[in-house]
Amino acid sequence: MFGTGILKGLGVTLKRTVATFVDDLARVPSRYTSVLETSQGKILRQPTDSRGIFTIQYPEERRQLPERFRYIPMLVYEEDTGEDRCTACGICAKVCPPQCIWIVRDQDEKGKPITRPAEFYIDASICMSCGFCAEYCPFDAIKMNHDYELATYDRFPGLIFNLQELSVPTSYYAALYPKEWEAGAEARAKKAARAKRSARKKAPAGKATAAEKPAAQAVAEKKKEAAPAPKPAPEPAPAPKAEPRAKHAGGHWSPIPEGYSGPLIESELPLPPVPAEGTSPSGVPWSRIMKLREQQLLRYRQRRKAEGKEVKL
Amino acid sequence: MSDAIAETTGLPYADAVPGAVVDADEYGIVVNRDKLVEFALHLRNNEGFDYLSSLTAVDYLGFEGRTPEDRFEVVYHLFSTKKGGDGIVLKVRLPENDPQLPSLTLVYPGADLQEREVYDFYGIVFNGHRRLRRIFLWDGFNGYPMRKDWKEAYYEEEHKPYKSRWPKGHYQWAEDRVPWGDNIKYPEGWDPDTFVPPEPPLPIIHEPPADAGHIKTDRIVVNMGPQHPSTHGVFRMIVALDGETIVGLEPECGYLHRNHEKIGERNTWLGNIPFTDRLDYLSSMSNNFGYVLAVEKLMGDRGKPPERAEYLRVIMAELTRICNHMWSVGFLLNDLGAFFTPALYTIEERELILDLFEAVAGSRMMCNYMRFGGVARDVDEEWLQRCRDIVFNRLEKKIDELETYLTNNEILLTRCVGVGYLSPEDAIALSACGPMLRASGVPYDVRRARPYSIYDRFDFNVVTDDGCDVYARYKVRIGEMRESVKILKQALDQIPEGPIMNGKPAYVTRVQKGEAYGAVEGPKGELGFYVVSDGSDNPWRYHIRAPSYINLNTLEPMTIGYKVADSVVILGAIDIVLGETDR
Repeated sequence: MFGTGILKGLGVTLKRTVATFVDDLARVPSRYTSVLETSQGKILRQPTDSRGIFTIQYPEERRQLPERFRYIPMLVYEEDTGEDRCTACGICAKVCPPQCIWIVRDQDEKGKPITRPAEFYIDASICMSCGFCAEYCPFDAIKMNHDYELATYDRFPGLIFNLQELSVPTSYYAALYPKEWEAGAEARAKKAARAKRSARKKAPAGKATAAEKPAAQAVAEKKKEAAPAPKPAPEPAPAPKAEPRAKHAGGHWSPIPEGYSGPLIESELPLPPVPAEGTSPSGVPWSRIMKLREQQLLRYRQRRKAEGKEVKL
Repeated sequence: MSDAIAETTGLPYADAVPGAVVDADEYGIVVNRDKLVEFALHLRNNEGFDYLSSLTAVDYLGFEGRTPEDRFEVVYHLFSTKKGGDGIVLKVRLPENDPQLPSLTLVYPGADLQEREVYDFYGIVFNGHRRLRRIFLWDGFNGYPMRKDWKEAYYEEEHKPYKSRWPKGHYQWAEDRVPWGDNIKYPEGWDPDTFVPPEPPLPIIHEPPADAGHIKTDRIVVNMGPQHPSTHGVFRMIVALDGETIVGLEPECGYLHRNHEKIGERNTWLGNIPFTDRLDYLSSMSNNFGYVLAVEKLMGDRGKPPERAEYLRVIMAELTRICNHMWSVGFLLNDLGAFFTPALYTIEERELILDLFEAVAGSRMMCNYMRFGGVARDVDEEWLQRCRDIVFNRLEKKIDELETYLTNNEILLTRCVGVGYLSPEDAIALSACGPMLRASGVPYDVRRARPYSIYDRFDFNVVTDDGCDVYARYKVRIGEMRESVKILKQALDQIPEGPIMNGKPAYVTRVQKGEAYGAVEGPKGELGFYVVSDGSDNPWRYHIRAPSYINLNTLEPMTIGYKVADSVVILGAIDIVLGETDR
């Protein structure tokens, strides 16, 4: 009979409408209540046996991100010593497909290179979130952050992250990547032992356990589903030179241990120059750029005139 | 001379056309351009190579052992839809100062768009092509960008990694490096003040038959797109109408063009993998797969992935196919006016699959998952369990439900049956691929014709349909989803434990000198990657045989004679993604 197909189709629509609501009622607890609760909202994950439409009311509710979720790179530093894991070897800069990583290797007074970065930039507007830097970093210094709410009002400096903004402590990393952190515990213990052996004199076993401590802590605290650290305040547009920028506190909604907001690295490194007002990010004054443009136009018109093809405007 | 060639190539037909084959190398046979059409005709008619898969060119400027006399090389990959198996590769070498050769569009009409692309990028002229003009770039563009001596704006170095980044890599804004663009070149005699863009290209008019019995009306030309919701992105159809009947259609693309292939030549081998994600952004896993397959052919033993990685690749590729077909079916209904209800129902399963991708690869759409000689990350038992849940318990039910409310729906039948007819002969001749080809009743599937990876182990059918219309394409997609579920079930049952990478992951890829063409049966059709290596860290040439681009060959013949409203559905059933079409 003509029309049965349409009726059947409408039947499916009706069934789904009903299923969407009934599924919530039938489930005890409801699929929307068995979730992680953080100060930034509920975190949900769609069950595979759900029927009907599953909706997440962003931003009050958020999707649970898997551990391997990758967004923008972050630089991990050792929480107990305050040392950057990064040695400025440059592999991330070489392997980065869009080449959005810039590194200046640090030097001592004599000009001899030191294995740590003096400057480290990631241009988030170019970054394609491929995760190669984290994958190929031999020192586990780069990891992918989960913080995806990066919108700013300006590209520069809002989306150019420098060393300080990128730095996060190991505890932050451990909280974000619990499985990976656990898997790496053995390697870290070995490394600590090696470091101890090479140091020789400093005998006490304090350090090795200190390195392992955050792991256990992080796992335990993750279960507590502590509130995440507050997001850093939005950055002001080109700030005057003297004012250091706010440290990137690893602001992220995903479960972060309560005690996270703790120690932040006190860096003595020089801050990158902030462009003065009226200059482009590389420091070329806009007035000069406008002048260049005028000159170019002038040259162009002169050339046209010489060719006898003057433009009438 | 010719005897020797037949011997060295082992190809009996090398001598069929006297003087056609002049040379042969490891990869293909070199054909004299004067005899090209004759030889291609012979291959098509007598040897069964009826399918021109990929047509591209390579610029060998400065390549070891090359002279200006053979600077350009046009490469044809021919296959047989009847015999399957490996095809043959024809090469035509062209001198620098005279880059022209006869067009093959009369032998293989599917060469149409690809020849235009080569003309656009290399300035190689195909004599006898009916509308040889630029396709991706605008008419005032200076130079031919894929030539090795062409430099882009913000040019830094020939190859990545750029030295400005390390060890003294102070951040510099790209836009500042060339204030008001000294290396942006305009064509000779081009003047921004007096430039008048050329008239929009008028489609070639196909006169309706005199006895069609319709009223004679004025012709009008209508622009569909680029900002039209039905064009799935920024695609433009210039349609000539006689009343409401389409009498001519000209596809216009390039609005999303970024010269992916030039970027690919600058990139390292590894660095191209995330770029392939951005081609057909609905099925990034398949794109990864095709590219790594092509490069692995040049890597020798190091390029052989371990067993578990092969299984993971197949699982991901088949999940991607389901995602893509779900999307495609949903949006076909969108084009028909069923606004978003069917689309939302279909993408619900897609969400779950994307969650799986995210859990294993870190990103839902830009997966960047495969590596040379393996995959990037292993899956754990929890992931496999979730995957089994979806594959065994959900997907089939979902496809059944889709069929319940769509397959026999009268509106769908009225709008789709008999619309966009493409005969099997035309489909092959126009190089159509994937569901397009199979919906014309041609059982050609790369997974069967030239099994790659471990597809020869699985039991599945190549879904075909004799309808040759939009409805048949819909049904083929539904059928392919069922076959994918079948493959997934087998793969999930058989997946072994073991390593996922051949050797240690390394960021430097050692690739032998040579050429390779790796193709996978992507969701949209044969997705091929043709790579040329000079043994260095970067590809010399990186070409993509993009199925959604080449399927557009069929758009004009399919729409002529139908009503203008049907063109939307016909385009929707081709299932194009502009990221791949425009590259």
